[in-house]
Amino acid sequence: MPIIKVENLSKTFDALTAVDNVSFEVDEGTIFGFLGPNGAGKTTTINILCTLLSPTSGKASIAGHDCVKEPSEVRKAIGIVFQDTTLDKDLTAYENLMLHAYLYDVKRNEMKSRIDDALYFVGLYERRDDLVKKFSGGMKRRLEVARGIIHRPRVLFLDEPTLGLDPQTRANLWEFIVGLPKKHNVTIFMTTHYMEEAEVCDSIAIIDKGKIIASGTPEELKKTIGGDVIYIRTSDNEKARSEIEKLFGLEVSEKDNELFLTTLKGDACIPEIIKAIGEKVLSVRLQRPTLNDVFLKMTGKQIREINGSSDDTIREAVRAYRRRHS
Amino acid sequence: MIEVNAVYVLIARDLKKFVREKGRLVSTLARPLIWLFLVGGGMSRLVSPGMGMSYIQFIFPGILGMTILFSSIFSSISIIWDKEFGLMKEILVAPVSRFSIVIGKALSGTIISVIQTAVILLLLPFLGIKLSFLSVPYTLGVAFLLAFCISSLGIIIATFFENLESFSSIMNFIVMPMFFLSGAMYPVQKLPEILRHLAKINPLTFGVDALKHAIFRENHVYDFPLFTDLGVLIISSIVFVVIAGFSFERK
Repeated sequence: MPIIKVENLSKTFDALTAVDNVSFEVDEGTIFGFLGPNGAGKTTTINILCTLLSPTSGKASIAGHDCVKEPSEVRKAIGIVFQDTTLDKDLTAYENLMLHAYLYDVKRNEMKSRIDDALYFVGLYERRDDLVKKFSGGMKRRLEVARGIIHRPRVLFLDEPTLGLDPQTRANLWEFIVGLPKKHNVTIFMTTHYMEEAEVCDSIAIIDKGKIIASGTPEELKKTIGGDVIYIRTSDNEKARSEIEKLFGLEVSEKDNELFLTTLKGDACIPEIIKAIGEKVLSVRLQRPTLNDVFLKMTGKQIREINGSSDDTIREAVRAYRRRHS
Repeated sequence: MIEVNAVYVLIARDLKKFVREKGRLVSTLARPLIWLFLVGGGMSRLVSPGMGMSYIQFIFPGILGMTILFSSIFSSISIIWDKEFGLMKEILVAPVSRFSIVIGKALSGTIISVIQTAVILLLLPFLGIKLSFLSVPYTLGVAFLLAFCISSLGIIIATFFENLESFSSIMNFIVMPMFFLSGAMYPVQKLPEILRHLAKINPLTFGVDALKHAIFRENHVYDFPLFTDLGVLIISSIVFVVIAGFSFERK
């Protein structure tokens, strides 16, 4: 059952088309990754789904409620962790969550236990009475995740949840996020431009310049670029090469005194190869395709190369649009 | 349409922050006292408003009006801070109507203003200004209406600005003219004609006038009947809240 449905969604800011005829669905209880470089249209799409922006055309619905016609129902069904902090730094962690609980009309007698649970879940219970301005970036983000689940949303949006965090904090945060669907019965919709982070997603859509250029599970996407690569060094490359080609019917190439071949199930293939040419093998390594490779193949660019400039353009355009229409 | 919980928590948040920032209370109390004694004290030698009172007494309701004006506007302008630092987004995606947000913000500005008014009234006996006992609740009631009116006007102003740089233009082009055109420093009837007309479209004029009714109950220093003052404050409050609610709608 899809819980998020997006059909032919478009949003233009004057001359700039931020989201261009985008369609996708997200199944309940899964982690959905919305990937793309900065300025690709991820945040604009999230803002439309969160009822903060109205689309120029197309439809979007969450848990059966139309994002334009029933904004209040949609808001009840979602929790959001925005790219920039939206905590009140002059309140304590507990007060921030309390503010949220009241805004979402959580029952009074459940408020305290839900807030305590959420604080335990993100490991901030001990710090609940500290002012948020004393928190580090990672703690703030964790507190926002805790806040996002207090009203038991059906969908939790995470917009670049790990942006600006150090690698260790990023890893910790991912542990929480991956545990969310089971523990809190929630569907995760996340955006990131770190392709490696998207490996944990159940399904993925890659967006570039406002258009979805690929979608599927991480495995399916990686298969589109031809599978794993096995690198083998042997004592007799010539002989090993002809043996592998004969036995497995795979094409083997050689580069820098190392044989390499592409296959769908590299991990299962390695034992077979070693069994066949056993004593000659000096070393074996397996290289799996990454989502970066997928992005590279789809767009002809590394995702990192396009960051920066396009980001500024879109922010400028959005700002200019707001100025004119406010 | 109005979510009580949301209104409550928006007020609670502002009050909590108000109590935490001790400096804010001190500075908002210092301003009216400085005006009262430096400006009032100096001008008393120069002007005599007649009616059996000194200038310092005459401007007292106006100084209360100023306290309410500043504290209500500042409270509402904090919306711009919230926009800049993100919290407004959290409030806007909550399943809460825009009117609840406006009412919550307007009431929190109102309550903070009334608290400050009450503190100034408490200080009065020590400053040698006499006030009849009945004037106190009367004054606080008027202060509530005026503060609500100015707070909702402040919210409309805040929805038009995205960042803090606009702060000084709000002060120079809105707050200060409102203060000087309110009859706080001089009777409206004695203003030149153009200024007198401008004063009549300023809600603060009617608030200060109502405060004059409340404080000098026997002396006739007011410019309009009390009925007019309260009517203008109530009607403009309703109009401001409605406009603020709509200007808060998503863009």
